[in-house]
Amino acid sequence: MRRAWIVVWKDVLSERRSKESLNALVFFALLLLFVFQFALGPDRARVETALPGLLWIAFILAGLLAFGRTFLVERENDCWEGLVLAPGDRSAIYLGKLAGNMLLMALVEAALLVLFALFFSLDFTGALPALALVLALGTFGLVAVGTLFGALTAQLRARELLFPVLLLPAVVPVLLGAVTATQTVLAGQPLAGASSWLTLLAAADVVYLVVGLLTFEFVLEG
Amino acid sequence: MAVRVLGWLAVLALLAGLVAGFGYAPREAVQGNVQRIMYLHVPAVLTAYLAFGLVFVGSLGYLLTRRPGWDRLALAAAEPGVIFTGITIASGSIWGKPTWGTWWTWDARLTSTAVLFLVYVGYLLLRGMIDEPDRRARAAAVVGILGAANIPIVHFSVKWWRALHQPSTILGPEPSPIAAPIALALFVNWVAFTLLLFYLLAKRTEIARLEDMYAG
Repeated sequence: MRRAWIVVWKDVLSERRSKESLNALVFFALLLLFVFQFALGPDRARVETALPGLLWIAFILAGLLAFGRTFLVERENDCWEGLVLAPGDRSAIYLGKLAGNMLLMALVEAALLVLFALFFSLDFTGALPALALVLALGTFGLVAVGTLFGALTAQLRARELLFPVLLLPAVVPVLLGAVTATQTVLAGQPLAGASSWLTLLAAADVVYLVVGLLTFEFVLEG
Repeated sequence: MAVRVLGWLAVLALLAGLVAGFGYAPREAVQGNVQRIMYLHVPAVLTAYLAFGLVFVGSLGYLLTRRPGWDRLALAAAEPGVIFTGITIASGSIWGKPTWGTWWTWDARLTSTAVLFLVYVGYLLLRGMIDEPDRRARAAAVVGILGAANIPIVHFSVKWWRALHQPSTILGPEPSPIAAPIALALFVNWVAFTLLLFYLLAKRTEIARLEDMYAG
C-alpha cells in the first residue's frame, strides 16, 4: 500500500511541476464543448436530453488521452526500467497509477461539469451528491481497464490506435450503466431508481480491479 | 492422421447438417423457409462461445505455466471464434430483415454479440501488432482474460438496457419448446460446427507451432 502511495506521490509531483496532462485535458474538454454545441445547435432541449451521453462522451475521450499517457511518461529517461526494478509487489504500481488516474479524471470531470453548467446554463447543484457517486463508480471502471490497457499498449507500435480499439468495447457495460444512471440522477429521480445499474457498475469495478491486480505483473515485464 | 479423420468427420457432419436442415426438418409454419437460417445461426453462436471459452483457458494456462502451447490454443480459438461470431451476426441480420423488418436493431443480444465481436477483433489486432512471441502471448492473455471476465457483465448490462430478441430456448432453464425434428436438425448442425471448430483448432495450433519453430 505504501508503495502505491509513493507511485501516486511521484506522479502528482511531476504533474504539479510540469502541468503536462491536466492543462491540456481541461483545454481539450473545453474544445469538446464547442464540438457538442456545433453538433447539436442552439436548441437547449436537445442539449438537455443528450446531456448524460454528452458528459460520458467527454469523459471517455478525455480518459482515452489521459490513460494512454499513464505509462508513456515512464518511457522517457528509462523510468520504465526503474519501475520494473523497484522491489516488491508490482500490483502496487498498478494501484498507484490507478489512483493517479482517478485523481486526474476527478479534476477533469469537475472542470467539465463547471464548463457544462456555465456554457449550457445548467444547474447540477441539486443532483450533485448522487451524481458524484455515479461518476465515481463509472470512472473507476474506466480507469481500472484504462490503466491496465495503457500499460499493455505503451510499448507497442500503433499504440494510439490500438488503445481505444481495445478499451472501448471492454468498457461498454460501464458506459451503458453510467449513462443510464446519470440520466436518472439528472432527471431528479431518487438514486434508488438506478440501484440495479449502480450494482452492475460496482460489480464491474470489482471484476476489473481484480483482473488488473492479478495480471498487471505480466504486463509490466515489458 | 487423427486430424485428417477429424476433418473428414467435420465434412460428413456438415453434409448431414445440410441434409437435416434443408431436407429432414419441416418448413416452419409461421416463418417459412427463412427459419432454416437458424441451423446456421444457433450452432455458430454456440461454437463461438465455446471458442471464446477456450481463449480464456489458453490465456490463463499461458500466464500460469508460460508454455507456448497454451498461447497457440488461445490464438487458434480466437480466430474461428471471431469468424463464427461474424457468421452469427450476418445470418441473424439476413433472418432479421424478413422477420423483424430490419437488418439491425439495437436489441440486447444483438448488441452484446456485436460487443463480443469487437472485443475479440481487438484481441486479434493486438496480436498482430507484437512480434516478440512471449510479449505477444502475455499481452494477449491479459486481454483474453479480461474479455472473458467481461462477458457476463456485458450480457447483463445490455440485457437491462433493452430486449427484443426472443429469450434463449436452448440454454434456458425450462425444457425446450422446440419441435423434435427441428431440435434434431439443430443438434446435428451443432455437432458439425463443433467438429469443424476442433478441426480448425488442430490445424491452426499446428501452423502456429511451425511458425514459432521457424521464427525462433
